[in-house]
Amino acid sequence: MKTLRALLRDRRFSLGAAIMSVLVVLALLSLLAPYDPTEWRVVPRDMPPSREHFLGTSSLGQDVFWVLTAAIRNSLLLALLAASISRVIALTLGLVAGYSGGIIDRVLMFINDGFLVLPLLLIFVLLAMILKEQLSLLTMALLFGLMGWAFDARLMRSQILSLREREFTYTAILSGSPALKLIFDEYLLFVIPLTMATLIGNMIWVTGMEVTLAYLGLTDVTIPTLGTMLHFALNYQAILLGLWWWIFAPIGAAVALFSSLYLLSMSVSEYLDPRARIQRVGAS
Amino acid sequence: MRFVRRYLIPRLIQYVLVTVLGITMIFFLPRLMPIGPVEKMVANIQARGAYMDPKAAEETIRALREMYGLDKGLLEQYIAFWRRLFTGDFGPSLVAFPTPVNQLIATSLPWTFCLLLTTTVVVFIIGNLSGGLAGHFKRSRILNVVDGAIMFLAPMPYYIVALTLIILFAYIIPLFPIGGGYTIGAKVEFSWLFIKDVLKHAFLPAMSLILLGVATTHQIMRLIVQGVNEEGYVQYAKIGAVKESTIFSRYVMRTAMLPQITRFALGFAALFSGALVTEVVFAYPGLGSLAYRAILASDYNMLMGITTLSIFALTTSTLLMDLLNPLFDPRIRLT
Repeated sequence: MKTLRALLRDRRFSLGAAIMSVLVVLALLSLLAPYDPTEWRVVPRDMPPSREHFLGTSSLGQDVFWVLTAAIRNSLLLALLAASISRVIALTLGLVAGYSGGIIDRVLMFINDGFLVLPLLLIFVLLAMILKEQLSLLTMALLFGLMGWAFDARLMRSQILSLREREFTYTAILSGSPALKLIFDEYLLFVIPLTMATLIGNMIWVTGMEVTLAYLGLTDVTIPTLGTMLHFALNYQAILLGLWWWIFAPIGAAVALFSSLYLLSMSVSEYLDPRARIQRVGAS
Repeated sequence: MRFVRRYLIPRLIQYVLVTVLGITMIFFLPRLMPIGPVEKMVANIQARGAYMDPKAAEETIRALREMYGLDKGLLEQYIAFWRRLFTGDFGPSLVAFPTPVNQLIATSLPWTFCLLLTTTVVVFIIGNLSGGLAGHFKRSRILNVVDGAIMFLAPMPYYIVALTLIILFAYIIPLFPIGGGYTIGAKVEFSWLFIKDVLKHAFLPAMSLILLGVATTHQIMRLIVQGVNEEGYVQYAKIGAVKESTIFSRYVMRTAMLPQITRFALGFAALFSGALVTEVVFAYPGLGSLAYRAILASDYNMLMGITTLSIFALTTSTLLMDLLNPLFDPRIRLT
């Protein structure tokens, strides 16, 4: 609670949190949608915004507003899910490598560095190309989660390395507490803040990847996400036809999502550690 | 000798191991997937409406698998892949069969290379200079305005910046062409007219890359410079009344540049993987577009070729950076 109040004092945090709450409310509204967002031709096509359709309708005969709410919900879910999966991997690897040191550390960090140099976008493209129809929200989350942990695992490890040299580690070891107990009872508490900070950063990355893949038409385009909305709007030449509401809705939502996550992560990591700022900006 | 044993050899070993690991991963990952590229291709043909009776489909799949060498065991394929790699051969492209992948990459590479080389260098110079100035002279009003604008720009997803540029400068104010590398039908030759045409087409893609690149570089550089400013030696120089411009250029910037040089080297690696989204949005005829066409056609060999190339580029530039770093930073001990 005290932490939250301190964070809210930061203007960037409160602005980011405000935008995020609006997005979450929109996402929740999707549950009340009068139309199925995956159905086509449920409303008249190409209508400009009106009282009946807040954000107009698309050439697919969809109400842009209600599709947008579903898209925001799916994009947020995907980002959260994928980022959580990669947090688990990053945390485990970081803990194990940092705590055990020696040969285990070297092997794990070698694998880690191998992942770091992979051109991930091209690999996702390669995999998405083959998986395309199977690429539902869940498989996409798995894919991003299983590939996107390398940078943060290194951060975790360095954090653990510094914890290992602290006094309480020696106290615990000397009083005979087993390594696992030490890790879970003592270290985990210290790395939770860092986990949260990297979670937000990773969500930005996941959303960016999803939109890029969907933009190229490589995901399952029947699931409404911010990326697939953009994909359809561009594919149906919304700009040329002057259907600005169709193209601006996903762009606006994406800009809002990115800015809010960015503001949040900046303020949180600054709160945690002023020096982490540099690393975080470098990761994006 | 000490240098070779303690510094050079471990890094060379790591270079080789990481490269092999990366390439092995991109070799096996797609092969572990439930559907192979051949099944995908046949499914594509059927999806286009061509009728194929099951037996013919089966036969086609078998023939294609044999042609691409996918009918052999995984290990055998893996060894064959490396053997071909050492002779620099990625096999034939599946779209433009039987044109070799190498040849297609060779025609696209110069486009990407020139575009990204220019933007990387421009971003490096402008971003570091503005970021450094903003970090050092924190009271300047102009720099604060620049800083605010960059705060807004930096988190923008790339395609949105690119789309905005297209809408603004190609549709609303038609200053630049919407896309392409040169006017369709123009003769590719070494003349002023053609060069002008190419530059005009490359302007918007370059602009989009530069805008976002400068924004990120600016932010990082500003933070680094702020950190360096806190250091004792800078404070000492200030107390010692060293000229402010000297402090900035000789004391602060020199130190702050070091991590940025590493980023510069990594940016260089991107010259070979291309800017996929940039090239697709602007229909620019480089490696990214080539990769995109390969995606649409499930051209497996081509994508393997481009991915392998970019892994090589990335690991090699990391290695070079490691080896060159002691030249820039005398503090790194060669151990």
